[in-house]
Amino acid sequence: MKKTTKQSRARSAAGDRPVDSLRLDGNAAAGMLREVFVPDLTAGRAKCAGCGTTRSIGALHVYSHGMGMVVRCPACDGVVLRVARTPTRVWLDARGAISIVISGEN
Amino acid sequence: MTARAPATRIEWRLATVVDALPETPSTRTLRLDVPGWPGHRAGQHVDVRLTAQDGYQAERSYSIASAPEDDKLALTVERLDDGEVSPYLTEELRAGDKLELRGPIGGYFVWDVPIGGPLFLVGGGSGIVPLMAMIRHRNSCLAAGDREARKKLPARLLYSSRGWDEVIYRDELAALAAKDPTLEVVHTLTRNPPDGWTGFHRRIDRAMLDEVAWPASDNPRVFVCGPTPLVEAVASTLVDPV
Repeated sequence: MKKTTKQSRARSAAGDRPVDSLRLDGNAAAGMLREVFVPDLTAGRAKCAGCGTTRSIGALHVYSHGMGMVVRCPACDGVVLRVARTPTRVWLDARGAISIVISGEN
Repeated sequence: MTARAPATRIEWRLATVVDALPETPSTRTLRLDVPGWPGHRAGQHVDVRLTAQDGYQAERSYSIASAPEDDKLALTVERLDDGEVSPYLTEELRAGDKLELRGPIGGYFVWDVPIGGPLFLVGGGSGIVPLMAMIRHRNSCLAAGDREARKKLPARLLYSSRGWDEVIYRDELAALAAKDPTLEVVHTLTRNPPDGWTGFHRRIDRAMLDEVAWPASDNPRVFVCGPTPLVEAVASTLVDPV
């Protein structure tokens, strides 16, 4: 296959589509992740605990539901992150990531 | 260039609508005053939150259309008839109204001039919005007369729309390309081309990308935004995601 570059970045434009069972990409999780972490995580890289693939979090698949989001590995479809919001708490389950590496710069 | 704001915990802000300008029959640009806005990078988005009288809340993400250099924050919103948020944003909201938002959000899908080029942008429908922020940012940063700077950083947009009337920023893109030979805008219309249309008339496919994209040897920076099927088809044809 002809590849033109390795510098591509992609983003789904969800707009006002109903979110249930809607597949987006990791950029859609950015706002909710900012409720947990101060730095932006989407430019950071996560290593999938299922298959060992490392990808930018912005390039992972996101399945969004009313209460939260499931972030899956595009290579093996394993769950990398789960983020849920209740009226009083934000829950983060990151056991599907062996590591998450983010920039140490400001 | 706007200095990047230090990372701080994200907070909801109350913006005021300065004006609301129609772009196409189904899209509108909202220009906003946002007190305390920390600045943004081209490609980032905001979360918008609407609260009903009974307390029910709906949140959606909308891309920032304005360049970081612009004096107002602009969002371009597409109306989806069965949407919970966009009919209000595109039809009800008036100048002077308040709107709750938080941002800027996202550090993955961003481009600024120091990242360099060539810059290859692929957009479908309202996916043009964050790409337009990049085009406007490039135009703001590179002085109009500085042909050398522009030649070093050429940009090409491949933009898929259903019909000619649905091309968002159509006149502005044409005007920018007309005065800047280093910015190329290529349209494809998937449904209703006007009489005499000689451009592409199909969905973006491999043959089209082969014709329009820069070769890998030029090391282009590529940004793809649109409906998920378009994004996945284009990205899997062009590239391995980084």
